[in-house]
Amino acid sequence: MLAAGIIFSNIHDANIPELTRNRTMASVPFGCRYRLIDFALSNMVNSNIHNVSVITHYNYQSLMDHLGAGKDWDLARRAGGIKILPPYITAYANNVNALYRTRLEALKSVSHSITKITDDYVVLSDCDVICNIDLNDMIRNHIENKADITIAVKKVTLDKATAKANVLIESDETGRITDLQAYPTSFEGDSDINLNIMVMSRQYLQEIVLDAVAHDYISLNKDIILKNLNGKNYRIYRYDGYFACISSSQDYYKCSMELIENKDIRDQLFRVKNRPIYTKVRNSAPTYYSPESKVTNSLIADGCQIFGEVENSILFRGVKIGKGTKVKNCILFQDTFTGENVVLNCVIADKNVVIRDNKVLSGDESLPFYLSKGRMI
Amino acid sequence: MFKKKECVAMLLAGGQGSRLYTLTEKTAKPAVTFGGKYKIIDFPMSNCINSGIDTVGVLTQYQPLVLNEYIGNGQPWDLDRLTGGVMILPPYQAKSGADWYKGTANAIYQNLGFINRYDPDYVIILSGDHIYKMDYNAMLEAHKATDADCTIAVLDVPLSEASRFGIMVTDEVGRITQFQEKPKNPISTKASMGIYIFNRSVLESYLIADENDKNSSNDFGKNIIPSMLADGKKMFAYPFVGYWKDVGTIDSLWEANMDLLGENPSFNVHDKSWRIFSRNYAEPPQFIGNGGNAVNSIITEGCVIEGLVENSVLSNGVIVEPGAIVRDSVIMSGVTIKAGAVVSYSIIDSNTVVEERAVIGADKATAKGITVIGSDITIGKGSSVEAGLMIDSDFNNGNN
Repeated sequence: MLAAGIIFSNIHDANIPELTRNRTMASVPFGCRYRLIDFALSNMVNSNIHNVSVITHYNYQSLMDHLGAGKDWDLARRAGGIKILPPYITAYANNVNALYRTRLEALKSVSHSITKITDDYVVLSDCDVICNIDLNDMIRNHIENKADITIAVKKVTLDKATAKANVLIESDETGRITDLQAYPTSFEGDSDINLNIMVMSRQYLQEIVLDAVAHDYISLNKDIILKNLNGKNYRIYRYDGYFACISSSQDYYKCSMELIENKDIRDQLFRVKNRPIYTKVRNSAPTYYSPESKVTNSLIADGCQIFGEVENSILFRGVKIGKGTKVKNCILFQDTFTGENVVLNCVIADKNVVIRDNKVLSGDESLPFYLSKGRMI
Repeated sequence: MFKKKECVAMLLAGGQGSRLYTLTEKTAKPAVTFGGKYKIIDFPMSNCINSGIDTVGVLTQYQPLVLNEYIGNGQPWDLDRLTGGVMILPPYQAKSGADWYKGTANAIYQNLGFINRYDPDYVIILSGDHIYKMDYNAMLEAHKATDADCTIAVLDVPLSEASRFGIMVTDEVGRITQFQEKPKNPISTKASMGIYIFNRSVLESYLIADENDKNSSNDFGKNIIPSMLADGKKMFAYPFVGYWKDVGTIDSLWEANMDLLGENPSFNVHDKSWRIFSRNYAEPPQFIGNGGNAVNSIITEGCVIEGLVENSVLSNGVIVEPGAIVRDSVIMSGVTIKAGAVVSYSIIDSNTVVEERAVIGADKATAKGITVIGSDITIGKGSSVEAGLMIDSDFNNGNN
């Protein structure tokens, strides 16, 4: 059973405009030492998917920098490996070359590459699926049920606000999808939500894409799935581990903080046997905690040097916390530097931020104070 | 078609490291864990790549499994190359028979074929036993500038310790005039670091001559260097200034680990201009829990700290449960220290489990010596391991 993977790297960028100003959703830092795409990529690699295409749109330099040749995910391969598919624009650009907006349009734009896939099955995944899922099991399930498309779902309890950010999927008792509601405005209660990970056969994917090109279809949900619910066997695959998808800046902060508060989440994401989450190796030295340092309830990456106090915070690689500095409820990205006697509360500092001595900065849990990349204060 | 290389490095990594006892029972000394996420061999390997030397032969003999796996194709050090890169060189069977490496010189002799494939002008001999950062290229430049046949890196050591080393006596321009191997009465403090640069043709002729001498012990320090000196070859000492530590004993291994601690550590691995590369494993970030506390310590990815860690160096994936205390210790990867256990002044090798309330070693001020616990074993609940002991199999003297 051979499968190929396709990852959409610019999905949902608008959800967290601060963090995606200079990067794709896929390369948004998350979980102390990862980028969001690490989860989708690791899920594929851990399920023996070694032919992965990453469809990009704009802003993808940081993503290319992160992925490199794919070595750190074991995807630097002669056969297959990682392939970045940037937008294809000819010298005679016209409306045909317009940048895609939906997943289906994205697939149409790389149809040439899709026709070349030789693996039997294809897993399509968004880049912002924070979970550790066994895709092999999902593919097996897809084959057993002779499904045309299998969509990973998770049963959650929704209120009006969270329902608005999700696609709800209804299915019968056998698991066959009967209806699909995209971003309902007045739904409350329990429902299966679409995790935006799906499996289909190569032939079916190629058929859909050709069909979409011929008929100028735009939406996978509306133009393909809803239209064919009766004729085709579309099924759900229920996943019950931890799952998060970032729907707003507040959500980003909340999901990050959950990693600290909840051991189960950390275990379900990072400590699943034989399914590690891979990321770019940076060769940082181990982290040093000085005699005056005091660190509690925090996730710390390698390469940090801590001389002050850190509480309920996430420190990415290479962060330096100066003497007398107090950091609380913060997320400090790679190489953030804080001087002495700085006080930070509810701050998200992007890469390479420098905060000089004696500065006091505070946000609120509902509105973290965001410092953009390279900012000097 | 091989591309010519100016300088090829030969890294002697076959040493047993017998004075590390249980720590080198299953692995060669260069593969012993050091400084949290490194192995000893990372230092010479990183020095090579940082000095622009991209062809490294690693000579292995004793327990090579872990070392071979660790080095792999050399990718972590950027030593996976089209031509050159890193190559593991174990003893092999030849037409005329098979031989173990009889000594350092014999090991290189048996691999002259490897060296000659790259047609190098110079060969640098390194050992995989030391912790240091050194620019071999600067040494090579000095070698070329003095037009030497051989250049030996030397370190100034206290006179009292000089008798442990090979000692060089030099004239005012640094040319070696006399050499004493581990002398009783040293007359100089310039100690050989076991790092030699040779002109390849000179090295080759001396290795062949040495091999034909049936009385030779086939060692660089004992045979090659003295006979070159006796022949009046041009040999220069290259003074090295900086941190250098032989980690061949339990005490020196512990000390070298502790040298990484402090605000301005004696040995700095955070230096971005001379990075130490190592093989990284996909471990989650380290987590310091609510009751956790880490002071004056080095902690690596994958650790979960819910107890107290003080003056210690922890490798990846070490779990310190609530109420456990780790002091003045070196803990290698994957070790679990369960609730209420106390570890003081000890070295614990990888994947060992210290059960609840076990007590290992004694306070550094009063302990008789460093306590050493081997790999993949269990120290039973409530057990007490006396200070200075060495444990290499499951141990239980607690009343559970």
